[in-house]
Amino acid sequence: MKYALLVHESQEYFARRKEPGSIAAGRAYGEALQAAGVFVGGAGLESPQAATTVSVRDGKRQVHDGPYAETKEFLAGFAIIDVPNLDVALEWAARHPAAGHSSVEVRPLLGSYFAVGGNLPS
Amino acid sequence: MTNESATYAAIEAVARNAYGRLIAFLAARSGDVAGAEDALGDAFVAALERWHVDGIPQKPEAWLLHVARNRLIDAARRNQVRQRSEKFLQQIAEEAETVAAAHEHFPDERLKLLFVCTHPAIEAAACTPLMLQTVLGIDAARIASAFLVSPAAMSQRLVRAKSKIRDAAIPFCVPDPPEWNERLSFVLDAIYAAYTTGWESLMEVSSTLHALASDAIAIGRTLVQLMPTEPEAHGLLALMLHCEARRAARYSSNGEFVPLDKQDTARWSRPMIDEAEKHLLTAAAFKRIGRYQLEAAIQSIHANRAVTGCIDWPEIVLLYEGLAQIGPGIGSLVGRAVALAQAGNPAAGFAALEEIPANRIVNYQPYWAARGHLLQLLNQKVQARKAFTRAASLADDAALREYLFKRSAGNI
Repeated sequence: MKYALLVHESQEYFARRKEPGSIAAGRAYGEALQAAGVFVGGAGLESPQAATTVSVRDGKRQVHDGPYAETKEFLAGFAIIDVPNLDVALEWAARHPAAGHSSVEVRPLLGSYFAVGGNLPS
Repeated sequence: MTNESATYAAIEAVARNAYGRLIAFLAARSGDVAGAEDALGDAFVAALERWHVDGIPQKPEAWLLHVARNRLIDAARRNQVRQRSEKFLQQIAEEAETVAAAHEHFPDERLKLLFVCTHPAIEAAACTPLMLQTVLGIDAARIASAFLVSPAAMSQRLVRAKSKIRDAAIPFCVPDPPEWNERLSFVLDAIYAAYTTGWESLMEVSSTLHALASDAIAIGRTLVQLMPTEPEAHGLLALMLHCEARRAARYSSNGEFVPLDKQDTARWSRPMIDEAEKHLLTAAAFKRIGRYQLEAAIQSIHANRAVTGCIDWPEIVLLYEGLAQIGPGIGSLVGRAVALAQAGNPAAGFAALEEIPANRIVNYQPYWAARGHLLQLLNQKVQARKAFTRAASLADDAALREYLFKRSAGNI
């Protein structure tokens, strides 16, 4: 069963993510995921100001600067993990360094309905 | 009895005894509560068709399980998205067959189901309804009426919760020690919520709500069987039984509300009190105190009035203090204040009431009734009247409202 851990951070903490302590904590967390053999993929994200939004309407490509709406919290990073069930996913989410000040949304990836043997087709 | 009604009665009996077990067994293996319910529903329909022709099978649960697993496999075949689970379902089926053939008693996985229903990842408002539906097989419409929401809204809430269990893969397992206490408290609280929802409407003894209180006690008894060494499970059951024992005494013969300390103890149910006391004693032997044991112990002291004719208020004060240490719920803070007053110190009781944060008591009827009572003891009639009026305006039970208005008018 694969889950996305979506890290929602406030502006305040987002601004501190490049501090050495934050970087070290993030790296250690990534290594722990790898060591446990549950890491599928993931990354931190640049700020929403660096984002460009694309949509296609009536065959026409529309490109906008930035994300849709100004929000106080935004997606700061994500990880995809492969674990047996939600409780294990929640354990990993709780270990995320951002969980102490921001929040980590745990979302199952679209796939098998069954927890046991429910791997996504690759 | 005709053949058909005999079949119907047999199916009903099996359904009552085995529904929760069968759902738990299937859902624990598929992770899909709704799918298990559908399959089992089909199996019951098939039983209605077959049993009055072929007779009731020797192991009705095994028969139902056999049909249900075939339905699960059919459903998986029909559904392309779930095709990959077919092998897995086959595996369930084999396991189910083995279990059905080998054991005298069907395996009981309802504890796992209880922990799933009260998992913190499930919307809080759905936990108790979900538990009632899956463990006891109570239909959504009846649950809806008990929780004062429309059947459509309740169905939707239940469907959402079951989808969450399946899609997020909430595991069917009993949590380990670090989480055990908190997760257990969710299970206990959900059962108690079912009980209090049933308790709140008191007048209509035959109403859905009254039945809900009995349902909650049924789950409480099951829980004690499933975790015989957990004192809080015994404590919760004892608490519910003590309250339930007094149901008939809560109203006079002409429907007037009778407060606990004025109830005719002859109208209390002795067998229920005895059962409650037995569980409280069992719980005490484990020497691990908890919220429900303390609350049950308070009720036990009230129950003791049937024997001694008086209430040991100082002991009740101590128990409320224990409760406040564990986690001060608004109910126990108010209870402690009243107990202090009844133990002979109304001024201290009133001071304790005054310490409760104002934002917690705005709409809390028992606080205003307690305040009225304590002010009356302190001979502050005008203030007492105001408090009782406020309490009456917050009461949702007609008889209780009338009683509080009478106290407000100084008639009692």
